[in-house]
Amino acid sequence: MEEGVVNEILQGPLRDVFDTKQLITDISGSGNNWAVGHKVFGSLYQDQILEKFRKSAEHCDCLQCFFIIHSMGGGTGSGLGTFLLKVLEDEFPEVYRFVTSIYPSGEDDVITSPYNSILAMKELNEHADCVLPIDNQSLFDIISKIDLMVNSGKLGTTVKPKSLVTSSSGALKKRHKKPFDAMNNIVANLLLNLTSSARFEGSLNMDLNEISMNLVPFPQLHHLVSSLTPLYTLTDVNIPPRRLDQMFSDAFSKDHQLLRADPKHSLYLACALMVRGNVQISDLRRNIERLKPSLQFVSWNQEGWKTSLCSVPPVGHSHSLLALANNTCVKPTFMELKERFMRLYKKKAHLHHYLQVEGMEESCFTEAVSSLSALIQEYDQLDATKNMPVQDLPRLSIAM
Amino acid sequence: MRMVSRLVRSLNRTEALVGVWRQGLAVLPRLVWNPWAQVILPPRPPKVLGLQVVFRGNTPSLWLSMSIVTVQLGQCGNQIGFEVFDALLSDSHSSQGLCSMRENEAYQASCKERFFSEEENGVPIARAVLVDMEPKVINQTLSKAAQSGQWKYGQHACFCQKQGSGNNWAYGYSVHGPRHEESIMNIIRKEVEKCDSFSGFFIIMSMAGGTGSGLGAFVTQNLEDQYSNSLKMNQIIWPYGTGEVIVQNYNSILTLSHLYRSSDALLLHENDAIHKICAKLMNIKQISFSDINQVLAHQLGSVFQPTYSAESSFHYRRNPLGDLMEHLVPHPEFKMLSVRNIPHMSENSLAYTTFTWAGLLKHLRQMLISNAKMEEEGFKDPALYTSWLKPVNAFNVWKTQRAFSKYEKSAVLVSNSQFLVKPLDMIVGKAWNMFASKAYIHQYTKFGIEEEDFLDSFTSLEQVVASYCNL
Repeated sequence: MEEGVVNEILQGPLRDVFDTKQLITDISGSGNNWAVGHKVFGSLYQDQILEKFRKSAEHCDCLQCFFIIHSMGGGTGSGLGTFLLKVLEDEFPEVYRFVTSIYPSGEDDVITSPYNSILAMKELNEHADCVLPIDNQSLFDIISKIDLMVNSGKLGTTVKPKSLVTSSSGALKKRHKKPFDAMNNIVANLLLNLTSSARFEGSLNMDLNEISMNLVPFPQLHHLVSSLTPLYTLTDVNIPPRRLDQMFSDAFSKDHQLLRADPKHSLYLACALMVRGNVQISDLRRNIERLKPSLQFVSWNQEGWKTSLCSVPPVGHSHSLLALANNTCVKPTFMELKERFMRLYKKKAHLHHYLQVEGMEESCFTEAVSSLSALIQEYDQLDATKNMPVQDLPRLSIAM
Repeated sequence: MRMVSRLVRSLNRTEALVGVWRQGLAVLPRLVWNPWAQVILPPRPPKVLGLQVVFRGNTPSLWLSMSIVTVQLGQCGNQIGFEVFDALLSDSHSSQGLCSMRENEAYQASCKERFFSEEENGVPIARAVLVDMEPKVINQTLSKAAQSGQWKYGQHACFCQKQGSGNNWAYGYSVHGPRHEESIMNIIRKEVEKCDSFSGFFIIMSMAGGTGSGLGAFVTQNLEDQYSNSLKMNQIIWPYGTGEVIVQNYNSILTLSHLYRSSDALLLHENDAIHKICAKLMNIKQISFSDINQVLAHQLGSVFQPTYSAESSFHYRRNPLGDLMEHLVPHPEFKMLSVRNIPHMSENSLAYTTFTWAGLLKHLRQMLISNAKMEEEGFKDPALYTSWLKPVNAFNVWKTQRAFSKYEKSAVLVSNSQFLVKPLDMIVGKAWNMFASKAYIHQYTKFGIEEEDFLDSFTSLEQVVASYCNL
């Protein structure tokens, strides 16, 4: 809803990739106000947006899913972005909606980000098929770690100086480095790996609709924690099996997750491993067998693994792994967000900015909080079953 | 004289075993011959009986065989189907047949008629229909076949969509099925019309995915309606116990329960078992799906390649599907078949190994029972069979002189037995646990498969498990 960023893209090296008729901008921006983004700009631009969606959809032979990429803490991304979800659900009910949301970290520069996030979360819970939460702090930690490893020379000559995951050296055209570039590159790689099996051939393909089918056991629990390995590029192309196994182990360590979460110590509902490159089914199985004992799966899904093999590796790497986990470790993030929200809400701080927007009332806030609380409670219930022994339920018996 | 024998045997109690032996020129020790004309089996599906009569009535040419149309569904079905046709043709062209030239020609002609139709410039076209809901695998399969230069798929023999089935049985069965029913059945009909004499369908699919399993069940049902006089054998891939698809248990039970009603025989192959063969017997270090598919194709090839008919050693068996079904599926309640094949070894060890029949049989029986002595007479032990089948009826031998693939002697055993009960039981148990917590059910109800359908499937499979256990 402001022109600066879009204009920059249009003048950058990728200007030809984007269709100028498919852009909508306004002047003033949303002022970090979810209500302005959702209610004001939503109703203002609804028809225009719908028109542009329909046009894009007509170009497709077979539309499978929408990707929505936004932040939760701001105004436009979170407000207008979640408004769009509802529009898409009504207009294209059979098309999947995948949302990549950047959650605000602890030290965030937007004071009202808890309000924006919680209001947006309610919409995500109801209208998104699948959410991939990511937070800036984790991305930043990953970058610092890589820089440290590469610069300290610990890995010697086995690691290339510029990690392809974080730098744009694999990209088409060079441009000036910007502050968030490295972090954004990681998210870009995440999306690339997610869609790789749909774009390239492999011995075990996985489409995007399969992600939703396999990883979302109940409609509400659709938050997937993601992790990407390897993060540095190795100069040695022939990877010994040890390194391959290391890649798998890394995917489950808490340092490689794109959200502040520790999946190993929480309960898994389902897990997907999307492997690219020269990895075969036997390597995959060996690693699953090796890692299984250290992970806790929910009782009714003890072998809850979905795997896919794509033959084409990412640029510059010989193989890579993306792990998506539906895991109760997202709970702490949500609880923290709720706490920050309550701290502001109790004092009614900044509330008037929201309430003065037409259509907003206090009930919006209370509903949003209760929807989040319900979600947290569901995760709690699952956690409670964590250490209970697996019981086989009595089956149907046949009279012979 | 070589003989192909079908061993009917199963570990705990079996219905029937069929073993196929292929051997080089060495003289085979005496084998008992059981002309199936004398076999009187307990109630069997009437259509098989009917088919036998038709078979005998025809004036068979010395060379010709009845044809089988293969339907390949989903990524798994298509990848395997390609390997099967490749194996069949490369075996039939192999120069290591170890038999006379006339023999070889008869064999080749029989194989060709069964699985391929001829085209103008001499390149055989596989009698196959390829179906998938997304284009990548079919494109790959078609181009691999064409690249081989030896054979190819028919140009119009495939049906393809763009969006896939999302591992959702309900989507494959209730959405894709009805939507594309007409087009798919049209292609199949054209393929059937090309056959001079049509034996039946061989449907290759997996149980874990969405297209193979859901659409496969739908197509089989349609084939039952439209071609009720032909036989249908479904080749089903049993997924790995862990780590392929999370909802594989749901997809599996829905598939099996539906297929039990509409198919005539279910030939099941477990990924885990074949993986072990690759790892232990063939010493492949990094096993890929194409290794697994090749082993599978080898097993299927050794069952379906031409073998001598019972009448005389000079006529090849005309109707392998019919014969298999007659001997292996005596009762419609018991339809699950499994295959065991020896030898399997890496290229390196092949040169250093010699084969003897006694050794092979011993090995085969051990694999089968994993604790018994191996001799053909040993297969006659009445304790192995159920009370309502006499061993002489349940045990059958098929033989052929020509060697298969690169093995001088090989034997394969197809059995209908209690082997598959344990894995089936496990899958039903896991699916039941998941069902009890209602996980993923919303994905199926979205497309019309309700909880009652699940319960129906559970009931029919528990029935199957109980029937097998009571043998």
